Amino acid sequence: MSAFLTYLLNGLAVGCAVALIASGLVVIHRVTGVVNFAQGTFAVVAGLCTSSLLGLGFPHGLSELAAVLVAALAGLLTGLAAIGRRGTTPLSSLIVTLGVGVLAYAVEIVLWGDQPRSAPGLAGSVTLAGARVQTQHLLVIGVTAAAFALLALFFGRTYLGKALTACASNPYAARVVGIDTRLMGLLAFALGGLLGGIAGVLVTPLRPISFDTDVTLIVNAFAAAVFGALTRPVITLAGALLLGVAETMAAGYGYGSHQLEVALGLMIVVMIVQASRRSAISQEQT
Amino acid sequence: MIDVKDLVVSYGTATALDHVTLTVGRGEMVALLGPNGAGKSTLANTLAGLLRPAAGTVGIGGRLALIPEGRQLFPDLSVADNLALGGWRSGLRDPSSVYGLLPRLAELAGRQAGVLSGGEQQMVAFGRALMSRPEVLVVDELSLGLAPNVTADLAGHLAELNREQGLTVLLIEQNARLAFDLCGRAYVLESGRVVAEGECAELAGDPRVASAYLGGAIT
Repeated sequence: MSAFLTYLLNGLAVGCAVALIASGLVVIHRVTGVVNFAQGTFAVVAGLCTSSLLGLGFPHGLSELAAVLVAALAGLLTGLAAIGRRGTTPLSSLIVTLGVGVLAYAVEIVLWGDQPRSAPGLAGSVTLAGARVQTQHLLVIGVTAAAFALLALFFGRTYLGKALTACASNPYAARVVGIDTRLMGLLAFALGGLLGGIAGVLVTPLRPISFDTDVTLIVNAFAAAVFGALTRPVITLAGALLLGVAETMAAGYGYGSHQLEVALGLMIVVMIVQASRRSAISQEQT
Repeated sequence: MIDVKDLVVSYGTATALDHVTLTVGRGEMVALLGPNGAGKSTLANTLAGLLRPAAGTVGIGGRLALIPEGRQLFPDLSVADNLALGGWRSGLRDPSSVYGLLPRLAELAGRQAGVLSGGEQQMVAFGRALMSRPEVLVVDELSLGLAPNVTADLAGHLAELNREQGLTVLLIEQNARLAFDLCGRAYVLESGRVVAEGECAELAGDPRVASAYLGGAIT
């Protein structure tokens, strides 16, 4: 029973990290209609930056904050490449994000090499109802809960958040009232970078990060985002938690080498079910 | 206030507006009539700066707001949020002045815009445009799909704003009777060209324009 609880809590932590990356996908897709396949890159960049900054002697907190800001900047630059030119279709932008992801490999290898890097996180573990849980896992869960609460406040209560929602709701009407939808799209990309960056700094102490870790991250995040039809953050969070727990259970009970297959299998099942009900990935009206 | 000269707007190789010239003076209320596909909404979007002219000039002498065809609200957001976003350009966030003019909107403030009736949605679109404190208002199909009493109510508000606050209005309509009731002058647009213009009283007597009352094309 304690093993089950351990796997469950660890799975929730893994799911939380996935949820942060997936929520970035959802924010970007809602506002711009673009599926950003460079989303995993933001987490990798943040993780590698944290590793370097801590290695250079910068303190915890500052290193993670700087890394998250670098990821937000990476998000903004990806946005400029993907939607910077007016009239670019969401499909063309998607291809651009794939290209950005490949370009990022080259940049990351030049800057950090091709070997996995890690970073120290919160040390130690706590025992909850007989289950030992790493403190870092609890940090991941706590930060994710706070991030989602702040996102809900931002989109639900602030004028800027509502303007972003307006762009998602009716881009033409947003332009009619004078909102610069391209600028809002760039803001969404920066926000996506920020969320991916938070995931990266949280995950790096748990599993070493290398330039190509983004593939695993984006597959998991995309599976969760598809669960929420790429538009609904709360359902995306639920999908990510389900995925994280399923993968950790699979690993814990002896199928560790098949974690990615669990994500892919779940994604395919969800896509088939969604497609039979309605279009799973519906393009925003332009 | 609106000064359009030799305006050409194209979608790829298709010409939507072909050398259109049109003026609306300060405080004037002018109608633009025409059948579907005449280029009326293209002109509205060009005046609002959403489309770029291929040739010609567009001069706007003040802050312009557009009430687009089909209302075009933010259906997921509340009425209050729709109104607040209408003030994006003007910086006006508090819709109480709009509630003063359209008290029904205050009652609907917390409702999601997408679930309202057509008339209520048009009222929100009207209020949202007013939030930008416009000096020029372009109304694209005020009466489309609305019950006559709802149209009359909104038209009354529009006439009041024009009369009492000097709001300049370009009313784009297929309902010529409504347009002639409200406006002093009118233009008739067909296939991207102005085919008739003048005082409404004169145009109403023109047999070609009269046929448009019945929904027939002007030839």
